[in-house]
Amino acid sequence: MQQKSFKETVLYGLLGLATTITLGFLFWILSYVIINGIAHIELSKLTPAIVTTVYMVGIGLGIAVPIGIGAAIYLNEYARPGKFVNAIRFATECLAAVPSIIFGLFGMMFFVKQMGFGWSILSGGLTVSIMILPTVVKTTEEALKTVPLSYREGSLALGATKLSTIMKVVLPSAVPGILTGVVFSTGRIIGETAAIYLTAGMVFRVPQSVMQSGRTLSVHLYVLANEGISISEAYGTAIVLLVVVFVLNLISYAIAGKLSGPK
Amino acid sequence: MGNIMSIENLDFYYGDFKALKNINLQAVEKEVLAFIGPSGCGKSTLLRILNRMSDLTAGSRVDGKITFRNEDIFKMDTIDLRRKVGMVFQKPNPFPMSIYDNIAYGPRMQGLKDKNELDKIVEESLKKAAIWEEVKDKLKKSAIGVSGGQQQRLCIARAVAMSPEVLLMDEPTSALDPISTLKIEDLVNELKQQYTIIMVTHNMQQAARISDKTAFFLLGELVEVGETGQIFSTPQQKKTEDYITGRFG
Amino acid sequence: MDKLMRYVFMGCAAVTILSISIIAGYVVANGVPFFAHTDLISFLTGKEWIPSGHIYGIYPMLVASILGTLGAVTIGVVIGISTAIVLVEILPPSLSSWLSKAIDLLAGIPSVVYGFFGLMVIVPLINKTWGGPGAGSSLLAVIFILGIMILPTIIRMTEVSLRAVPKEYKEGALALGATRLQYIFKVQLRAAQSGILAGIILGTGRALGETMAVMLVAGNTALVPDSILSPVRTLTANVALEMSYAMGTHQQALFATGLVLFALIMAINLLMQYILKRAGRN
Repeated sequence: MQQKSFKETVLYGLLGLATTITLGFLFWILSYVIINGIAHIELSKLTPAIVTTVYMVGIGLGIAVPIGIGAAIYLNEYARPGKFVNAIRFATECLAAVPSIIFGLFGMMFFVKQMGFGWSILSGGLTVSIMILPTVVKTTEEALKTVPLSYREGSLALGATKLSTIMKVVLPSAVPGILTGVVFSTGRIIGETAAIYLTAGMVFRVPQSVMQSGRTLSVHLYVLANEGISISEAYGTAIVLLVVVFVLNLISYAIAGKLSGPK
Repeated sequence: MGNIMSIENLDFYYGDFKALKNINLQAVEKEVLAFIGPSGCGKSTLLRILNRMSDLTAGSRVDGKITFRNEDIFKMDTIDLRRKVGMVFQKPNPFPMSIYDNIAYGPRMQGLKDKNELDKIVEESLKKAAIWEEVKDKLKKSAIGVSGGQQQRLCIARAVAMSPEVLLMDEPTSALDPISTLKIEDLVNELKQQYTIIMVTHNMQQAARISDKTAFFLLGELVEVGETGQIFSTPQQKKTEDYITGRFG
Repeated sequence: MDKLMRYVFMGCAAVTILSISIIAGYVVANGVPFFAHTDLISFLTGKEWIPSGHIYGIYPMLVASILGTLGAVTIGVVIGISTAIVLVEILPPSLSSWLSKAIDLLAGIPSVVYGFFGLMVIVPLINKTWGGPGAGSSLLAVIFILGIMILPTIIRMTEVSLRAVPKEYKEGALALGATRLQYIFKVQLRAAQSGILAGIILGTGRALGETMAVMLVAGNTALVPDSILSPVRTLTANVALEMSYAMGTHQQALFATGLVLFALIMAINLLMQYILKRAGRN
């Protein structure tokens, strides 16, 4: 056995301390929100925010997922290395780096004003769809890369066209990976505040159409916290958000488990 | 029986590298033709040109002519060609779907939707590939779940379901255990009643056991081709003799 | 059909280029006209932000954003890299998979929840302990909250790069009589440095771009901070706070603020792509 020197012991101690701090924060935040909020979960009061959030996720995913998958298919299955592909990759990287407040600024000028959609769930959904697009493209591309070449060869050798090979063999094999990206994007939309509050506004009622303004759960929490009107309701909202995050994580573990499960 | 595929003055390049040099070779209908030779001799490359899977290799180029039933394959629609010239790969590559869907994949692609017709094709193809008895009760189960040897026979059944005229097999047993290998070899003997088979193999005993004609390749050239019995007993070329007696390779 | 779909897919891919171009175009087109009112240098160095008096200087916000980000990155780097080391090299796999799940959770918590927690817990705590002109809303609170928020990013990227270091290095180092810690600090971290650096830069971008969590704890006064306990306003908060009611030159000034933020983020992003490209070559 090696004798640990004093210096090594201290280092181990510091590493352990750092890890404890990381876990401590998580525990602190979770327990704080849960202890203070558990008595204030009133889903009926949150209905407008929940409905708006669902709309927002629906529009965001509905637009970004098909386009993102299409883009990934192009990049991984069709494109030859060259300027166009480099430009797409560069654009995707840049888009991923843009902070949400800039998306908000843009969405407000473009969708809200220029396109005349007003402060509405539609403007918000369109804005977040651009925001999550790079995530969908990247995760789908990763998923397509894991599909063995032999599947493509097998299908082509049977006289299948490239398109049917992609649609019937490659994409279905990539579904778990793509879903993980979709779940992650859902989490981003639900957690987003800055981009949405500048584009969808903050009207707190159950929206009748996507052309109306609405307030998602995260925006709701921001408004409650900022105005300090009803802190107990804020705790309740925060708990709901945490539960959603928790459930989304569980879903992505379930998908990942399936991904690496028995072959 | 006449020639079904004919290769004339074929050169093949990967970029600047000439991988195949002036190949002339015929495949006779309903015979088994084996390609043998050391690794890198170009035998798999040639096989992949025969159904134009080589088109997928970026930077490659073909000179010369290959005909299938007197039709220039480079002028044929690749999809049409590949339906007539099926392929079985070195590593079994069933799709991650049910056994049934794997076999029905090709016919469905051609627009066949009738359930009874599909059932019939699936059953017949699996029977032809000598695997029907083993899988008939689990047609809806994933094809990834069966053993390697079974997977390879499924892939053969999948190719057979397209009713091809030629079956290309790229070292179909190299990833399999000896018992599965024997099963595939028996199967090849059965299949040649109906199909022309062109097979690449590393295993010379295998070529000797199941092929009618054998072609020996070395460094991108076709050294010698002839009746299998003759190639293995009285090869005309010194290089062939050296190879089959194990002096190199 | 095949041809058509090829173009459809290509079109989808082109959407990414289109999006970033339009976004950049809008921010530039709406922000640049402002510099007819105030030139770039006075905008960046001006210490006063008084929209009602048409005085627009973002020096206080620039300082707040830079100090807040640097502070947060320092916390994130020290704690994040240490946690990643524990995760990859020290804990047994069963425990580290739990730790890993905990970090996923930390990464998934919406930023507004962090901000809420900061507002309810950290701000009062700072106020009680040290006081300060912002009654707890301060640069320190910003650093604290941003530090926690970027932890998962740094931990993940470090974890991935540490795991990517070939096993042979470890065997080689241990065979030479190095202790586990000597291997980690002298060999493994060095071999993984470009990935770790990319993680740090990614975290920097996140900290710089974060808006809502910061707004809840910063106090949002547009003054140059004279201590870590001073209330501050970041570039992002400047945009978010006033955008909904700004008009005319004021609105242009906010777009110009966004433009500065955009330029900073893009510079950071380019730096990261450069680092990753260089790492890819080696």
